Amino acid sequence: MDLLNALVALTNFVIVPATAYGAQLALGALGVTLTVAVLRFTNVAHGDTMAFGTMVTILATWGLQSLGISAGPLPTALIALPVGIAVTAWLLLATDRMVYRFYRRNRASSAILLIVSIGVMFVMNGIVRLVIGVDEQRFDDGARFLVSARDFKEMTGLDEGLAIRSSQAITLVTALTVMVALFWFLNRTRSGKSMRAFADNRDLALLSGIDPDRVVRITWVLVAALATIAGTLYGLDKSFKPFTYFQLLLPIFAAAIVGGLGSPVGAIVGGFIIAFSEVGLTYAWKKVLGYTLPAGLAPDGLVQLLGTEYKNAVSFLILVLVLLIKPTGLFRGTST
Amino acid sequence: MKSLLSASALLALVAGSAQAEVKLGVLLGFTGPLESVAPPIAAGAELAAAEISETGSFLGGETVAPVRGDSTCIDASAATAAGERMVTAEGVTGIVGAMCSGATGAVLANVAIPNGIVMISPSATSPGLSTVEDNGLFFRTAPSDARQSVVMAEILGEKDIDEVAVTYTNNDYGKGLADSFQAAFEEAGGTVTISAPHDDGKGDYSAEVGALASAGGQVLVVAGYVDQGGSGIIQSALDTGAFDTFVLPDGMVASALTEKFGSDIDGSFGQLAGSDSEGGAAFEALAEAAGFDGTAVYAKEGYDAAALILLAMQAAGSSEASAYKDKITEVANAPGEKIFPGDLAKGLEILASGGDIDYVGASDVELIGPGEAAGRFREVSIENGEITTTGYR
Repeated sequence: MDLLNALVALTNFVIVPATAYGAQLALGALGVTLTVAVLRFTNVAHGDTMAFGTMVTILATWGLQSLGISAGPLPTALIALPVGIAVTAWLLLATDRMVYRFYRRNRASSAILLIVSIGVMFVMNGIVRLVIGVDEQRFDDGARFLVSARDFKEMTGLDEGLAIRSSQAITLVTALTVMVALFWFLNRTRSGKSMRAFADNRDLALLSGIDPDRVVRITWVLVAALATIAGTLYGLDKSFKPFTYFQLLLPIFAAAIVGGLGSPVGAIVGGFIIAFSEVGLTYAWKKVLGYTLPAGLAPDGLVQLLGTEYKNAVSFLILVLVLLIKPTGLFRGTST
Repeated sequence: MKSLLSASALLALVAGSAQAEVKLGVLLGFTGPLESVAPPIAAGAELAAAEISETGSFLGGETVAPVRGDSTCIDASAATAAGERMVTAEGVTGIVGAMCSGATGAVLANVAIPNGIVMISPSATSPGLSTVEDNGLFFRTAPSDARQSVVMAEILGEKDIDEVAVTYTNNDYGKGLADSFQAAFEEAGGTVTISAPHDDGKGDYSAEVGALASAGGQVLVVAGYVDQGGSGIIQSALDTGAFDTFVLPDGMVASALTEKFGSDIDGSFGQLAGSDSEGGAAFEALAEAAGFDGTAVYAKEGYDAAALILLAMQAAGSSEASAYKDKITEVANAPGEKIFPGDLAKGLEILASGGDIDYVGASDVELIGPGEAAGRFREVSIENGEITTTGYR
């Protein structure tokens, strides 16, 4: 019984939140990794692309709600997602046409493109704040819980409750679907294969007749889709606030680099590593140990490795460790 | 030499004629995490200034011009710059402000003390400000959090709660309140299982709530801001079933709280500075006539801070801070004729004729120790999704 309680407490406070957070980070890191692999630069504007996509989705959600359309127990935002993706794709394609294409034609180095993307970040940042404002927005509707802590306790008779919010379940299901679809696209379709060829060796790809502009367009559309989905899932699970999306940049980059920049599998694994370390290292293990250890050995202290205020430092720490020990990341990405 | 002398005489003359009106600084956090709280406080201070101006008997017929400045709440350098501008460019000799404890400490150390300006904060409650070196220039009409902590510990004791978890917003206010609460609660025999900070403006508080839940406790004390991380913590704690009863200090008691959570937090309770005195009701009526909410948190203290500065000037017969700073405690405390909001004209007349007043004002002002309000607290609880007053202490 005590073991069960320990397991439930651990699931409730570590495994469930970290899994949902990890899936959101993984989707964000996938977008970053795609730009690195195909377009060969680190896109600092990714966090704000997520914010933009989420903003459009929120506006579309409000539109649908005012028309009286809802998805029943699911959040309306899921129906609004395609609108968000389409508008974000349009924005990214327009940005590419107006900004990035010039530097690509000049064969600018990736460092210059990185700095250009900082400029793009500020512009997107401004657009989002002008349109929707700086305040927090909540746009989750539908059923809030799959299992609520109170129901779980009544059902099982355990001391510990387990809550699974529907947004967490939706995050996981959506993220899995998107990942499977992405890998299917990259490995099975002609466009996906040409993207990978272009990423592996640009000159060889050009010689074999791959249209570079088409590959770039497809990449931006994929990045828009990944960013919008990641942003919307994060917003549904937590809340939407432009500033927090800007802050998401750090863990997302840490995830992409830990996994190996340019490696999609690495991005996913990296996302979960970062999420589990952030939550696990700052979790106070007192309760779990209290249940599992024999009565005399139960700790008095909190058994907390790091105070929660150092949560963000965990990403930095892992980043530094990986860059020192294995600069190419776990899955052998590029070491730029 | 002669021309220099006459030039300086001319300058003195110009400076003298510019003093036709007394300028009063209103330095509050109009932007930042408490931006929704600032406007009623400013309106309260300006109401007192207007009331004094209209009497025509202030310092022999001078008027008062309030000057607003933005102390933000968390940006000490912005607060210092705003305070400096008030003193050098506008020539204020008294400041109502600043608002948050960190900004107040910064303005006091960098502006008020070097320039010899009196500051009365209507809302800075950090216990650290009680012991700060202030040359007799700093007062507050808000009670210190040390007092609030004792009240909070008393309320918990009466409810037979002896084990609590504490989370605080990671700044001067939160840390000060959490530390003094822990001291007060432990003295009363209670146990604080964990005292963990949270940062404002984050999207996700599951790690914080995980640690709090693991430490355990009958209730969770949230020493934060309702517009910021405080609500995030409560949301996450409710979602995971970690806590369902919360103790809410002054930064958390606002209508935004019940708008967000409704009856989900029924049974939670808290306290904020407030009194049921006759002066409070008089002020609320005046505020309503002036078009703002007199029940808003610290609006009464804002009115009292401005009134105290101006009455002390009258008592000293001068708007120089060095002259009137010693009169503030005299004006605020007994003995003397009791002065309520709306009676400022009477107070001015008594002082002009050399009499003594005991300013009671809107918030029952009684300055103790290093020039801070003794403080009365309104005890509230959340019932059926509404904030209800359960008593005063």
